[in-house]
Amino acid sequence: MNTTKTTHNRRSFLKTSLLSGGGMMLSVSWLSSFKSADKLQTLNLPEQSAMLNGYIQITADNVVKLLCPNPEFGQNVMTSLPMIVAEELDVDWKNVVVEMGPHDNTKLGAQFTGGSNSVRMYWKPLREAGAAARHLLRQAAAQTWNVPVEEVTTKAGVLSHANGKSANYGEMAGKAATLEVPKGLKLKAPKDFTIVRKSKKNVEGQKIITGKPLFGLDYRVDGMLIAMIQHPPAFGMKLKSFDALQTLKMPGIKEVFSLKLYEDGFEQGGFDTRTFNDLLVVVGKTTWEVMNARKKLLAQWEPVGDTKDVMAGRGGKREVVVPGGLESTSTQLEKMQELSQKPAQQLRKDGDPETAFQHAAQVIERTYNAPFLAHNCMEPMNFFAHVTDEKAVLAGPLQAPGWIEPTLSKILNLPADKIEIQMTRMGGGFGRRAYGHYLTEAALISRKAKAPVKLIYTREDDMTYGIYRPMYTATYRAALDANKNLIAFHVKGGGIPEHAIHANRFPAGAVENYLAEGWQIPSNITIGAFRAPRSNFNAAAEQSFLDEVAEAMGKDPIEFRLELLKRAKENPVGKNNEYDPDRYAGVLTLVRDKSGWNKPGNEKYNRGVAAYFCHNSYAAHVVDIVTRDGQPYVERVFSAMDCGIVINPDAATNMVQGAVVDGIGNAFYGALTHKNGAAEQSNFHNYRLIRHNEAPKSIDVHFVENDLDPTGLGEPPFPPVFGAVANALYKNKGKRFYNQPFQNEMDKRM
Amino acid sequence: MATYNLKINGKIRQVNVDPATPLLWVLRDHLDLPGTKYGCGVAQCGACTVHLDGTAVRSCQLPASAIGKQAVTTIEGLSAKGDHPVQKAWLEHDVAQCGYCQAGQMMSAASLLKTNPKPTDEEIDAYMSGNICRCGTYLRIKEAIKSTAKK
Repeated sequence: MNTTKTTHNRRSFLKTSLLSGGGMMLSVSWLSSFKSADKLQTLNLPEQSAMLNGYIQITADNVVKLLCPNPEFGQNVMTSLPMIVAEELDVDWKNVVVEMGPHDNTKLGAQFTGGSNSVRMYWKPLREAGAAARHLLRQAAAQTWNVPVEEVTTKAGVLSHANGKSANYGEMAGKAATLEVPKGLKLKAPKDFTIVRKSKKNVEGQKIITGKPLFGLDYRVDGMLIAMIQHPPAFGMKLKSFDALQTLKMPGIKEVFSLKLYEDGFEQGGFDTRTFNDLLVVVGKTTWEVMNARKKLLAQWEPVGDTKDVMAGRGGKREVVVPGGLESTSTQLEKMQELSQKPAQQLRKDGDPETAFQHAAQVIERTYNAPFLAHNCMEPMNFFAHVTDEKAVLAGPLQAPGWIEPTLSKILNLPADKIEIQMTRMGGGFGRRAYGHYLTEAALISRKAKAPVKLIYTREDDMTYGIYRPMYTATYRAALDANKNLIAFHVKGGGIPEHAIHANRFPAGAVENYLAEGWQIPSNITIGAFRAPRSNFNAAAEQSFLDEVAEAMGKDPIEFRLELLKRAKENPVGKNNEYDPDRYAGVLTLVRDKSGWNKPGNEKYNRGVAAYFCHNSYAAHVVDIVTRDGQPYVERVFSAMDCGIVINPDAATNMVQGAVVDGIGNAFYGALTHKNGAAEQSNFHNYRLIRHNEAPKSIDVHFVENDLDPTGLGEPPFPPVFGAVANALYKNKGKRFYNQPFQNEMDKRM
Repeated sequence: MATYNLKINGKIRQVNVDPATPLLWVLRDHLDLPGTKYGCGVAQCGACTVHLDGTAVRSCQLPASAIGKQAVTTIEGLSAKGDHPVQKAWLEHDVAQCGYCQAGQMMSAASLLKTNPKPTDEEIDAYMSGNICRCGTYLRIKEAIKSTAKK
C-alpha cells in the first residue's frame, strides 16, 4: 500500500469536505445519469439540487441524497456510512436516498474498502460533513427569517423558530449552498444519537431481492464485447506461441491477440500484483461463445525462469526477484520444515528467553501449518473498460479505485482526470479486489480491440490465478517452571512468501521472557490480503497453543488468558504492545458470561474458546461442537466484540455471524494446493466451501457497550474462529489438530 | 444457431443462439435479465438457480435446446412487485451481505416452500445445501425460510 498517498488524501479530504460546504455550486451532472433507483423516480427529482458538500445533496423539493464514498462488498457501508451523515445532519432516515459516490478522492476521501477501515476512517469526517451542512441550513433559515442562527432548531429535516416559522431543508438548501462553513462545529454526544446505534435495513435490499443489475458482471453498454484471457496452466509458466485458427472460426469471435500487461521495468505499486504478464486474449460477442472458442486455442507455454519485478515504494524503487520453477505443495512443506530449523530474523525480544528455556521444568513445543487459500468471491473477477485515445471509462468491482488509477494513468498515458472508474457493488471482496490487475487488463484489451469490453474471469480462471492467502507455519514454545508458571514464550513463524508474525501482539507484553522470529521463502505463487491478513493464521495457531499451555498448567483457558492480560495491564513487559489489555479482557469476560462457560446445562457440547485483537477491534468466541453422523459439527457459537460505537447493530451482527461461518468453513475445509505449479483446485467441486448443513444453528453475537470511536468489524471476528474451532475439536476428538484444513487431517489420520 | 421461443417470466421471448448455450447465458447476454448469477458454471454453487415449471434448476447446466415449452421463472419474475413471501422474508431478516448469491438462494427457497410448506431444519439444509453463500448468511436464510413457512 502506498501509505503516503493515502494519508495525504485523507488530510486533503478533511480540508475539502469542510471548505466545499461554502460557496458551492449547483450540480446536475450525475443526477441525469441516475436511472435505476425506484425510490428516486417516484420522488420526481428536479434537475437541480444544492450540493452542500461532497456527501450531501438536497433538492428544492426536499429529497436528501447521501453519497456513499466507499465501495460496497457486503460490509454494508452503503447503509452505515450515510447513517453517520444523517445523524449529524438531523434528517428523517426514511427520506434519505443513498447512492454510491463517484470515484473522486478530492471530494470523497480515500475511498478504499479494506483493513476494516471504512467506518473508522470516515466516522469523524462524515459527522463533520453532516454537522456542517446542518449548520448551513440553519444559517440560511436565520438569514431568511432575520433571526439569530442560535435560535433556529432542526428536527428530522425541518427547520423551525419559536416565532412559528418553519421550513424543510429543501427550501433552504439553495441558499445554504452559498454560505461559508464556520469553524469548530460541535458534534452530538453519543447519548443524543437517534439514527446511529439503531438498526437500519440495507439500503439496497429491495434491489438485491428483485435481481437488479448491481454488480460488475451485470454492467453492460450497447456494443460491448466480451473478453477472456487464457492464462498459463501453471505458476512459473508463460506464453510461448499460439495458434488461434480454430478459435477464430467459432461463431461470435472477433479477434484473438496477445499483449503485455506491464512493459519491462514498469514500476509496480503495492496493489499492482499480477501472476501472468503475457496475456492471450479472446474477444467476441457473448460470454458463452468466448468461453467455448477459448477452448479451441492451441497455445504453447514455457517456463518463465527467474524474473525481476520493479517495485515502487516509499523508499524508492527496488528490484524483487521472483523465482522460476514449478512448485508443489509437498516440496513446499519440506522446504518450510527445513527453513524452520534455521536461524531466523529476530522480530522482538524481551528478557532472556534462552536462559529461561534452558532452566524450564517443562517445555511445550507445537508446530502449526496452514495452506494457501483462494478468496473465492462469489462474483468472479471482471471489469468493464472503454478506452479511447482521449479517455478511459471503467466500471466494476474494485476495493480501492485510488490505488489503481495511477497505474492506469501511466500505462494508458492518460491524465487522471481522463480516467473515470465507477464502483459497482461487489459480489464479495475479502481483500482480493484490492488487486486491480483485472482492471488494467480490461483497459488494455479495450484499447487494443478499439471497443467497449467486459473482461470476465471464469470460476476456474479466478481460482487458479493466484493472489492467495499465503501458506503459513509457526512453531510455538512455552517454558513452565516447577510450579507450572509460564516463564518464557517463543514463536518462530515462516511462510511462502511471507510469515504471519505480529511480534507486538498478545501474549507479548504479558510474559517476562519473550522471543518472536520470522522467516520466509520466495515463490512465484502470488499472494495478497485475505480477510484479516496474517491474523487469520496467528489466531488459529497462537490461540490453540495457549489452550494447550493452559491445560498443561491445569488452568481454565479463559482464566489463564485473563491472568496474562492482568499482567500486561499492571506491569507490562517490553514496549510497543499493540493491544489494550482491558478491552481484550472485556470480550473474554463477556463471552464467558454469555456462553455460560463452565456453567451447567452445556454438557452436550465440546467447547472451545479463543480471543484476538486485530484491525483495532477485539473479538472472542466460544464454539460448541457436537457429533452428528460420526462427524464433528459446530452447532452453537457465542461471540463478543468490542469495536467501540456500533453504527448499525443488526447489520453488524450479520457481519459477525458471517465471519464466524467463514472461519468455520476455512478452518475445516479451505485449501488451495499445487502440483508442478498448477493449482489442484479449480472450482467448487474440489475446493470445498462451507454450506447450509455445515453452518451452526445459532450464533449469538454480543457487543461491548461503550462510547469509544468506532473501529472495524469486517475482519476482527474472523481470525479467532479458527482457534476456537481447533480447541473445541480437541474436546470432541480427544486429539489436537495442528494442520489446516482440519477435515483433511481428520480424514487422513482418524 | 437455432431460434427458440422461450416462455420466460410469463412472456414469449425469441432468441437465436447456439443450441448448447446454457439458459444462464441466454438470460444474461441475450435477454437482459442479469438477476440470475454466474458463480461456477458447473452446478456447484446455485447462484444461477431459476424455476422450470415451478421447480428449482441450475440454469448453467440447462441448454437452450432442452427447455421447449417449459415455463422459466427468474428472480425478475418471481413476483410482480418484489413481494413474494420469500422476498419479503429476506428483507425482514435483512439477509444479504454482498447479495450476489441471494437471487439463487431465494429461487431455491421458493421452490422448496412450494412443495414443502413447512420444512424442518434438516429439510431446509438438505434442499438448500446446493446454494453457497460466501458471506455466510446461512442462519438468516434459514430464519427467513422458517418465518415464511409459519405464515
